[in-house]
Amino acid sequence: MPKLKGGSSLWIGGGLVAFAILVAVFAPWIALTDPVMAANLMNAEIPPDWEYPFGTDAQGRDIYSRIVYGARVSLTVGIASQICNSLIGVTLGLTAGYWGGWWDDVVSGLTNLMLAIPSLVFALAIMAILGPGLFSLVVALGLTSWSFSCRIARAQVLSLKSQGYIQAARILGYSDLRIMFTQVLPNILGPLIVIATLGMGGAILSEAALSFLGLGIRPPFPSWGSMLAEARDQIRTVPWLSVFPGLAIFFTVLGLNLLGDGLRDILDPQSTTRRG
Amino acid sequence: MSTPLLKVENLRIALAGGGATYNAAENVSFEIGRGEAFGLVGESGCGKSITALAVMGLLRRPLSLAGGRIVLDGQEIQDAPPAEMRRLRGKRIAMIFQEPMTALNPLSPVGRQIAEMFVLHQGMGWREAMDRAEDALRQVRVPSPERRIKDYPHQLSGGMRQRVMIAIALACGPDLLVADEPTTALDVTVQAEIIDLMAELCAAKGTAILMISHDLGLVANMCKRVAVMYAGRIVESQVSDAIFAHPTHPYTRGLVDSLPRLGERSRRGRQRLREISGVVPSIAAYPAGCRFNPRCPAVTDICRTNVPEITPLPADGLVRCHHHG
Amino acid sequence: MADMLLSLDDLAVHFKVGNALAGGVKTLKAVDGVTLDIKPGECLGLVGESGCGKSTLALAIMGLLPPTRGTIDVGGQQIGRGTMPDRMEMARTVQMVFQDPYASLNPRQTVRRTLADPLRIHGITDKAEVEARVIDMMAKVGLRPEQADRYPHEFSGGQRQRIGIARALILKPKLVLCDEPVSALDVSIRAQIINLLLELKDELGLSYIMISHDLGVVEHVSDRVAVMYLGRIVEQGGWQEIFEDPRHPYTRALIAAIPDPFHRAAISAQAKAKGEIASALNPPPGCHFHPRCPLKADLCVAEYPPLDAVAAGHRAACHFRDRVI
Repeated sequence: MPKLKGGSSLWIGGGLVAFAILVAVFAPWIALTDPVMAANLMNAEIPPDWEYPFGTDAQGRDIYSRIVYGARVSLTVGIASQICNSLIGVTLGLTAGYWGGWWDDVVSGLTNLMLAIPSLVFALAIMAILGPGLFSLVVALGLTSWSFSCRIARAQVLSLKSQGYIQAARILGYSDLRIMFTQVLPNILGPLIVIATLGMGGAILSEAALSFLGLGIRPPFPSWGSMLAEARDQIRTVPWLSVFPGLAIFFTVLGLNLLGDGLRDILDPQSTTRRG
Repeated sequence: MSTPLLKVENLRIALAGGGATYNAAENVSFEIGRGEAFGLVGESGCGKSITALAVMGLLRRPLSLAGGRIVLDGQEIQDAPPAEMRRLRGKRIAMIFQEPMTALNPLSPVGRQIAEMFVLHQGMGWREAMDRAEDALRQVRVPSPERRIKDYPHQLSGGMRQRVMIAIALACGPDLLVADEPTTALDVTVQAEIIDLMAELCAAKGTAILMISHDLGLVANMCKRVAVMYAGRIVESQVSDAIFAHPTHPYTRGLVDSLPRLGERSRRGRQRLREISGVVPSIAAYPAGCRFNPRCPAVTDICRTNVPEITPLPADGLVRCHHHG
Repeated sequence: MADMLLSLDDLAVHFKVGNALAGGVKTLKAVDGVTLDIKPGECLGLVGESGCGKSTLALAIMGLLPPTRGTIDVGGQQIGRGTMPDRMEMARTVQMVFQDPYASLNPRQTVRRTLADPLRIHGITDKAEVEARVIDMMAKVGLRPEQADRYPHEFSGGQRQRIGIARALILKPKLVLCDEPVSALDVSIRAQIINLLLELKDELGLSYIMISHDLGVVEHVSDRVAVMYLGRIVEQGGWQEIFEDPRHPYTRALIAAIPDPFHRAAISAQAKAKGEIASALNPPPGCHFHPRCPLKADLCVAEYPPLDAVAAGHRAACHFRDRVI
């Protein structure tokens, strides 16, 4: 097996994502100042220089430090909401595909409903009920975009169901749940991981959009989306306010998408030889 | 003996993969006379199918022709340009495959696909070609051809599709029909009919057959001569009756002995089947010397080091074994 | 019947196919009134071509498909319309060996896990006992203990089939249903697996249902044979009667279709069947075989022939069962 399987996208994407995660984890050590408390109107709107590498905002807070802390919000939202989505989607898809019948009809109907409503609108409605905040963001985004993993899981189960080893497990007396979790799930994990990775990028963008609309993280706490929201009036006069959070979102989402593509290449069952 | 229709000499087919190049087939030589049925038998991966593809000029990466000559009717075709090969295929040599569904165009009625052969290779007009297509379907004994001609491949059963493939293959009266496992996907009673049909039509038209199969019994029944391949080499070639009566190579002997034969149990009672031990080697791990040596009951030291030479047998037979005596 | 391991009484499995909105619902009678018994230690060969219902019958016997009519009595368990069996009890009574050794093993489980999990599910929790039974079973099918921690892709097709056999036997069932156990294997490996199955049968006192289209294999292993055509048994009897004195024209056609240059079947070429098996959705009236039958008469179109006795233990569903050819 060649060493660089998955190609450059896997490694570049993985590198970008790993970098973002490291920044989030070590934010207190990497940041130059406190992202919230270090406001100083004397230092307001200083362009990027040696002291403030990304410049400062209207309250004189260091943009660089706010982006570093903002990574925590973006990644938490991205990862936590995707875990929710995957759990919901995989459970529904697995059971619907395996059991079929009326349950399959119900799940398929629900999935189609979710696909018909733009998930951001749905998330907006949930945010409106729950109010702004990190937990609300995770819930809102974690409940609204499970339809892809559900569909993928269901389709994979349907194609695996007739395989001999699934039938053999039934004949050996395995319970349905045991078959789903020990026989089916390990064999469909690949595509589900890819979907989850790609979904994280989407969730980070959604967080930015919701925060931009004022429904996400409440100021003064930093998230990349809320920073963009605050900067929207000054995009011509104070461009660094929006450029740097924008780049942070861009590179993280790009990294996640590249990672997803790379993982697809190595996890795709068609790219691995079945008959050795 | 006059010049053979097809002469394959020292064919070597290379398989590139994982940074290395392997010989998927080597030293493959055989001749097929005009109108003769010749069988190439072996297990999956032995190189029989790629030999057929080489004859058709259809080897594609990672496979490539690495040496040897293919002579069709006195003309060397191993280096023929693609356009020339396209002209030959269909007109002089035709091929049918194991799964006809993959070889037929799913979006075109079968009559049209047969007629296309006449239009392409004989410059016939479409109306005349469609009439000829109906005749062709009648010849392969498709019931009510005047209706079937408008059917799409998916509307036909597997056996009917294979009949259509035969009609297409034989449309332009080729000199050679290459049949790669033509009945493996079919039921036994249908298989028997298709084999009879192929043999009968080819005999009537003087078409030679290169029959590729894993089923020694099937091939020996249909073909005058049979060659057995193992791990990329021809290990034995004999007249069909002789190969069953006097299998010479230990592998052929193993094949003939190892399968339960109908009627055997009532004649001799249930005997334990004679096994061939071990497994078929993978191409990356072909053993040195004779490639059958790890599984051979008569193995000696020389088998493990030296590739056995081809030794002639009576009646144009040959065997590749150190101990054929 | 108490001394029977498996009794099928007028078993039928029908499917509803199609859509009420588009084209209407049709009934596919995959299995339509099958009555069969298997004694302990007996091997029943089940022969038929694709679409004859043998796979559906197999799934019904395994308790995976509910009968539409009739009952299955397996090791004291009753399966009827609406009464599904206890899965655990069934698992310890009847097991299955699959055709495709590649698709029938979970690619992400080691041999040890494949064999040990069923034991644990069935309440054997003592680690040493599980380990001992796994290793013992591996030895029985010809695998070495050190191969226990390998994954399926590290094995050849024949070895995988050994793992599949071990899995089927690990719960010590009484009846094993073998669904084409060798037809996906390399020809030179088949004898090993057939011998292994027969040895295990004697050693463990198993009963088999051997589903195969290879009549040579069926004759070799079976005590009794049942021939299926379009959902029904058309002939059943001892192996010798079926192969030496077949009374149903379909049985004769199957035998005549076997290419065997060594022992050309005593049955004449006229016994060969014409055409192909009809769809079970729309079976021909009367005897389902009549469109292909060389003996067809008016009676055959009008009436389905009963499965009546030819001799003790030998039954054939043909109006002309007494006409010997």
